[in-house]
Amino acid sequence: MRLINLHPDRGTRLVLGLAPFGALMLAYLIGSAVRLAANPADKLLPALTTLAASIERLAFLPDPRTGDILLWADTLASLARLGWGLGLATGGALAIGLAVAVLPLARAALSPLVAFVSMVPPLALLPILFILLGLGEVSKVALIVIGVMPVMTRDLALAAHALPREQIVKAETLSASTWLIAIRVVLPQILPRLIDSLRLQLGPAFLFLIAAEAISADAGLGYRIFLVRRYLAMDVIFPYVAWITLLAVLLDIGLTGLRRRLFPWSELRA
Amino acid sequence: MMTRRTGLLAALAALGALTFSPAMAEEKKDFKIAWSIYAGWMPWGYAADHGIVKKWAEKYGITIEVTQFNDYVESINQYTAGAYDAVTVTNMDALSIPAAGGVDTTAVIVGDFSNGNDAVILKDGATLADIKGRPVNLVEFSVSHYLLARALDSVGMSEQDVQVINTADPDMIGAFQTPEVTAMVTWNPMVSAIVKLPGATKVFDSSQIPGEILDLAVANTETVKDNPDFAKAMAGIWYDTVTLMAADTAEGAAARAAMGAASGTDQAGFEEQLAATKLYAKPSDAVAFVTSAELGAKMDHVRKFLFDKGLLGPSASSPDAVGIALGDGTVLGDGANVKLRFAPDWMQAAADGKL
Repeated sequence: MRLINLHPDRGTRLVLGLAPFGALMLAYLIGSAVRLAANPADKLLPALTTLAASIERLAFLPDPRTGDILLWADTLASLARLGWGLGLATGGALAIGLAVAVLPLARAALSPLVAFVSMVPPLALLPILFILLGLGEVSKVALIVIGVMPVMTRDLALAAHALPREQIVKAETLSASTWLIAIRVVLPQILPRLIDSLRLQLGPAFLFLIAAEAISADAGLGYRIFLVRRYLAMDVIFPYVAWITLLAVLLDIGLTGLRRRLFPWSELRA
Repeated sequence: MMTRRTGLLAALAALGALTFSPAMAEEKKDFKIAWSIYAGWMPWGYAADHGIVKKWAEKYGITIEVTQFNDYVESINQYTAGAYDAVTVTNMDALSIPAAGGVDTTAVIVGDFSNGNDAVILKDGATLADIKGRPVNLVEFSVSHYLLARALDSVGMSEQDVQVINTADPDMIGAFQTPEVTAMVTWNPMVSAIVKLPGATKVFDSSQIPGEILDLAVANTETVKDNPDFAKAMAGIWYDTVTLMAADTAEGAAARAAMGAASGTDQAGFEEQLAATKLYAKPSDAVAFVTSAELGAKMDHVRKFLFDKGLLGPSASSPDAVGIALGDGTVLGDGANVKLRFAPDWMQAAADGKL
């Protein structure tokens, strides 16, 4: 039998899928044990018990200085920034994307600008944003909006373009106005794509959030990681990285669920 | 099948050990020093570029690789992780990062102390007391944070009276020009640029806490114990370069101009920073400071600040948790857990001309 025809059954697939995780875990445990044997106070690869103690301290016990539970305070601060940033970006992308898709005049006026702006590396703009908008929340939210909105706008405009021209013509023969065509024909068909587009931008949005928080903040997930990096506290950094990943995965699953619920027909496309 | 599995396991174990193996002390010939841009550390870069490192390494029959880091914290982390044998660091960070991380560290060279290079700057405020209630932008847990704590202490306030906002050091000058930033603690070269901005007043600086912010060159204790020649070479390189840098000659001026250019300014700018630095140009002066009882008192302030901020580790129950061996032979804190040592040996050898 040729190798290309060798399909794993369900059980084998599970084992094979988990094996790389297991190997990473094992390498970590061995490396950690080797380093800790040489230096019991080593911070680079903390033992699982140290990690567990740190997680308890961060996620369940109030911080002795501020009285807040650090992980929750950081999570709330970060999610608020992320929520504002993604909310504004989604709203803006929908408005501009729809206009660009439906109105040739808007397309002529806006699409070169959107294409241009989407090529600007947002992180390179960060120093300018901090000068223009200050070091507060506004500049962090603005970075997320600038980072994800142009891409989402272009994506939506493309999705709208892909709609069959016949639909528009048909609506026109039924004497629909431009507004009605935009709202009743185009919009419903691009909304599922809007959610998917948002889902794909979660990764970049987190990147921009953490970059902004690393530079100036007094709370947030990125702030904590870059703060404790000063004294190599991997027992804090590893759980935070895992937590950020988990948050992103949950948001992704949540958005997929939302799309399926709101637009059950969108599944048929695939 | 069984053998293949155990083979895989062994390979993984080897991989783990290779990737994460800590620095093991032994006799060796090749050494690595990490340094970062700061007025008091520029001699390392100059020495590497002008053959002084090579000269001393050859004298002791070893090789020394000097690497410049653009990121100070990363250079310390690399040293702590075992990738470098020595690093330039402040006394405070030496205690909170490698020493608190269990890496036994020896201060081979005490180069200088900050004598105005770190400062508290207010916008529209005449005295330090005006800082009350303001947000203060600084690099949290850095010597700036320490300076703020000492400054507030000097006027009977505490950190409760202000709101600390962590801000990255490259952004300080820009940040000071935004409306919501009204108080800042930072270091040179940023300080000299910020005090020239309209409305900026320097209300406290490190010359008011002399000898508490020390610029060191530290090395792994095990490494220098097994390879004393490495520490001797470090002292030789350092004092050769510093003597040249401090000299009032054409060569000295050329060296200062080169170091100024390497730190993004010029000779005048570099000399301005040196003026705010108390350099121990003569090894005998450094030995006198390190062996004096004064050092213990200074380090006591530093370790109390670190303990207060939780930087000696979550398991530290008092500032005594990490022992500090002082130059006069006494130990501050836990004698069974000495992780930071001030050793006058090699500076003494330099003073005696025995390198």
